[in-house]
Amino acid sequence: MTEPQTAEERVALNRQLAQMLKGGVIMDVTTPEQAHIAEQAGACAVMALERIPADIRAAGGVSRMSDPKMIKGIQEAVSIPVMAKCRIGHFVEAQVLQAIDIDYIDESEVLSPADDTYHIDKTQFNVPFVCGARDLGEALRRIAEGATMIRTKGEPGTGDVVQAVRHMRMMNAEIRRIQNLRADELFEAAKQLQVPVELVKYVHENGKLPVVNFAAGGVATPADAALMMQLGAEGVFVGSGIFKSGNPEKRAQAIVKAVANYTDAKLIAELSEDLGEAMVGINESEIALLMAERGK
Amino acid sequence: MGKKIAVLAVQGAFIEHERALAKLGCECIELRQGPDVEQPYDALVLPGGESTAQAKMLRELGMLDTLKSRVVAGLPVLGTCAGLILLAQNVEEGVPAAGDPNGPVAAGATAPGAIGTLPVTVRRNAYGRQLGSFRTIAPCVGLPGVPDGETADIPMTFIRAPFIKEAHEGAEVLARVDDRIVAVRSGNQLGVSFHPELDDDLRIHELLVSLI
Repeated sequence: MTEPQTAEERVALNRQLAQMLKGGVIMDVTTPEQAHIAEQAGACAVMALERIPADIRAAGGVSRMSDPKMIKGIQEAVSIPVMAKCRIGHFVEAQVLQAIDIDYIDESEVLSPADDTYHIDKTQFNVPFVCGARDLGEALRRIAEGATMIRTKGEPGTGDVVQAVRHMRMMNAEIRRIQNLRADELFEAAKQLQVPVELVKYVHENGKLPVVNFAAGGVATPADAALMMQLGAEGVFVGSGIFKSGNPEKRAQAIVKAVANYTDAKLIAELSEDLGEAMVGINESEIALLMAERGK
Repeated sequence: MGKKIAVLAVQGAFIEHERALAKLGCECIELRQGPDVEQPYDALVLPGGESTAQAKMLRELGMLDTLKSRVVAGLPVLGTCAGLILLAQNVEEGVPAAGDPNGPVAAGATAPGAIGTLPVTVRRNAYGRQLGSFRTIAPCVGLPGVPDGETADIPMTFIRAPFIKEAHEGAEVLARVDDRIVAVRSGNQLGVSFHPELDDDLRIHELLVSLI
């Protein structure tokens, strides 16, 4: 703007946008109408994609970045930030999303990976990235590559929260372990986690990731969302859980309020009444394709 | 005796404000729903985040009327970014995706902010999307310890920020960046389009505390 930005300033700004999303709910939407419903329900951002994870799972086949025209339609429909997904390692899809002025890119295991070895070098972009992680090592590797926001992978499109819970607990247990190490043990911890020692030192000193950490994958009810918040998530992504349910509008609003008041069981009880049918969901053990296994 | 500051905590960067205020020796309480706003406090902070989400929660969780009447009665208040939008008497919707910040806005899109007490017209998303976010250092007047008529340089971080298109009668302009108004004061109300809670400089928060 006023003066050219350094790479460090850009990283800071991109981490700070994630800070503004905290305490909020980011909803998957496939049409401008759904985006409008999400915004009116109090979503702090929307994720624009052609098919929600449950449908991607049902359809099978290769799943790719959405049509830019469809994403632009959603950008025009709402005033809140618009995110979109690219395939793991597909840096040209990311370039395309940056070219249409997206607010955040999700380098996502929900889509078919384009590269089974390398993630995108996210330091080469001005636009921010969020990435999924199942544990501390994955989270810090993505941050080293330039991610400025982390989310649990969970198991998308299932309506089963068990994996998101597992990933959040795993991440926080590992953070607590790093905090309790002696300073001279951090080098070995960095080796085991396969991450730069500077990031391990940050976790040791601060007891948290250097970026915002959201929950994602399988959140279907206000209680699911509040569970993830009580387990330490700083906000929640809801994918298929809203627009695969009986009354998307009401459920979306209820989840937003439950995240803002995640320790108030009485309010969550009220919010959980008469929400209509939740998405049917499939149990983790019934799934043939584990998306969370993509990209380590 | 530390001052007690209420921070709206329904969504956004409220913890960052609490940390800044704690450095000034203030005690913070979080406002999340109706009963919270009825307690006594000396000042109010409306943090950054998404103003649509925050406004909805203010209304539907029963906080808006009390907060609005306390601000009207003179409760010192600081609104940053989304908080500025909540405070503004008049809000214009932002520019289209690839829009010109100085161009006309989408037709018919003006409305009062949820609280709507600060005499300014604010333009939402005025710098565009995230690629338009930036940080700068700019002069500001009216800060504690700075003599009248003199300015002090303060860091300003703008994240998908609004700017103040017009300061109406009763609103004093405190800072401009590139000829756009980014900070105003009207009586005990402070509105800034940047995020003082994201930088180490505490002078905007000191200004709020000085109004108590």
